Amino acid sequence: MLNFLEKNLPKIVLAPTTIVMVICMYGFIVWTGLLSLTKSRMMPQWDFVGLDQYRRLFANPRWDVAVDNLFIFLILFIVIALVLGLLLAIFLDQKIRVEGAIRTIYLYPMAISFIVTGTAWKWILNPGLGIEKLMNDWGFVGFEFRWLVEQDMAIYTIVIAAVWQSSGFVMALFLAGLRGVDENLTKAARIDGASTIQLYWHVILPLMRPVFFSAIVILTHIAIKSFDLVQALTGGGPGYASDLPANFMYTFTFNRAQIGLGASSAMIMLFGVLAILIPYLYSELREKKS
Amino acid sequence: MMGGVNIISMEKNMKNTISTLAATALLASTTSVSAADVEVLHWWTSGGEAASVNYLKEKLSGAGVGWTDFAVAGGGGENAMTVLKSRAISGNPPTAAQIKGPSIQEWGDLGFLADIDGVAQANDWDNLLPAVVSDVMKHNGKYVAAPVNVHRVNWMWSNPEVYAYAGATIPTTWDDFMVQAKKLQAAGFVALAHGGQPWQDATVFEAVVLGVGGADYYNKAFVDLDMDALDSATTLKVFETFGNLRQFVDANSPGRDWNVATSMVIEGKAGSQIMGDWAKGEFKVAGKSVGTDYVCTAAPGTSGAHTFNIDSFAFFAQSDAASTEAQNIMAAEILGTDFQTVFNLNKGSIPARLGVSRAEFDTCAHDSMDAFVSASASGSLVPSFAHGMAMSSAVGGAVTDSATNFFNSDQSAADGVAQLVASIKAAM
Repeated sequence: MLNFLEKNLPKIVLAPTTIVMVICMYGFIVWTGLLSLTKSRMMPQWDFVGLDQYRRLFANPRWDVAVDNLFIFLILFIVIALVLGLLLAIFLDQKIRVEGAIRTIYLYPMAISFIVTGTAWKWILNPGLGIEKLMNDWGFVGFEFRWLVEQDMAIYTIVIAAVWQSSGFVMALFLAGLRGVDENLTKAARIDGASTIQLYWHVILPLMRPVFFSAIVILTHIAIKSFDLVQALTGGGPGYASDLPANFMYTFTFNRAQIGLGASSAMIMLFGVLAILIPYLYSELREKKS
Repeated sequence: MMGGVNIISMEKNMKNTISTLAATALLASTTSVSAADVEVLHWWTSGGEAASVNYLKEKLSGAGVGWTDFAVAGGGGENAMTVLKSRAISGNPPTAAQIKGPSIQEWGDLGFLADIDGVAQANDWDNLLPAVVSDVMKHNGKYVAAPVNVHRVNWMWSNPEVYAYAGATIPTTWDDFMVQAKKLQAAGFVALAHGGQPWQDATVFEAVVLGVGGADYYNKAFVDLDMDALDSATTLKVFETFGNLRQFVDANSPGRDWNVATSMVIEGKAGSQIMGDWAKGEFKVAGKSVGTDYVCTAAPGTSGAHTFNIDSFAFFAQSDAASTEAQNIMAAEILGTDFQTVFNLNKGSIPARLGVSRAEFDTCAHDSMDAFVSASASGSLVPSFAHGMAMSSAVGGAVTDSATNFFNSDQSAADGVAQLVASIKAAM
């Protein structure tokens, strides 16, 4: 008996979590996949119509806008957050004074929920309330900054808010990485006569490769599941110009009584995430073997 | 759940209103089972609305029926609908829920709704309710829901001082609106107070459709979804007019709530707002009086017409007799003159039933009542598609998308029509 427990205790302890995971994650993924093949409207119903919902999805102009926005948001958000986070980390790593305080300041936005970030930036970017009004009141009468209310530019305000929120977190990741760099390596490079820029570019940044990977994966899934930020900052507007796929999915599933269409958009989002995650997992697992 | 009719409160209630009497009589005559509580799902949580619901609660407790409040706030009822679906699927629906328009039919088709025809016949609803109202409340010819009010959506709320200052007059056609709005702008006012949220864009779009195209076109294109009527020169003209309005809205409008737009009219920053009669509550709260501080006129070109938006409670099938009795009492209360008067005074709308005294209502409500009767006779009483009275939520959503995308971009009128037609087809 004791032997049995000793052998199987880990499995027994993990079993409930595993069951919940299997049902609530993979079970519902399968369920959503099946729903996306039905003509479900207000309630799930099981009249299968093949890929009809996907055809309707791709014919929907609002979905096009949401997907385009996701690419703009994904690329700009990841690149800018990475660059800013890396620069902040490198500057912080120069053994400066009050580093702890500064690090906390940059990391703090991460402690706020996206709803609060969105609401705050909504006020900051509102032409009649925020930056534009401030500049005008200070005497810069011609100053205009109204991305929030322009259909072409609204998506960039979401990038601004998301970068503000997340770059401190990226900084913390890189800072941890930089602290782990073997001092002998940097000393050796110095002795070989490398300048600071050369040192970072040729020695330290290549060592940061795992950090880049973690940061990119984390930022990607933050970007793809972004919903609350859009809801709070622009409400998807003006019109539906700043919709992201998650907002599209929610609107059509829950507000528009088109569960089938909503499910198909959710599946496309899942495929999007897998397209990024699978190559990453593959490369990670292969490295461990070698 | 509290069972058992309280005899004392039953007796008290006997002295109360006629409708309560009728309900209790029904209760006594049909069965000896005592009434249970009612659980009511709604999203009337703001000041005036909450007071209205509370009144219903008091009326019911007078009739010995307890009230379990099931308020789910937010998002114009979207959150509430999500909760309702999960409750209904799990076999535990509330007694009644705030559902309106074609959604009542969708729920009815799924077989969730209760037949309250007994109460309706006992209280003569067929004669109390105008046909347009009772049609919405019936599923397969049986009453399944009770209406609480009728909103008129095609209102224009204006500040007469602003118009006087700018030397403009309140317009009655859309062509005239463009002329007068230019004058307002020249005098430094915002001509059209507007909140750039999809449903508000759709509300203005709907007013333009009715004002430019008339009731026949409105019914054909946006109720019957006739593709020839939708893809026509009239629709093009509608989009041109709607597009002309872009210039009269201020830059800060995207995302603005409707009541903030109303306060621009109240404070004299803007000339007019196109909004349903719930806007009246904002003027009242601000202590303004109708006629001098603000005027209500029909949206341009729609003076004889009436775009209606009816709020109602749909009743869900109950598993036990006691709950069914409570449900019947509630249904009878809702159509009572007391409740209809108090509720609608709070809400700014007009009673859904006939035979309610007009005395306590203001001139805007009188206008709305007159328009309701006359429009009903002339065939220009139309359901509001911006508020989910005319189309399924899928098609209604497609129209809202097209309207809001057009209004917020520099899309040409022809492209606007093309997108509207395509997206309606896709959603049908």
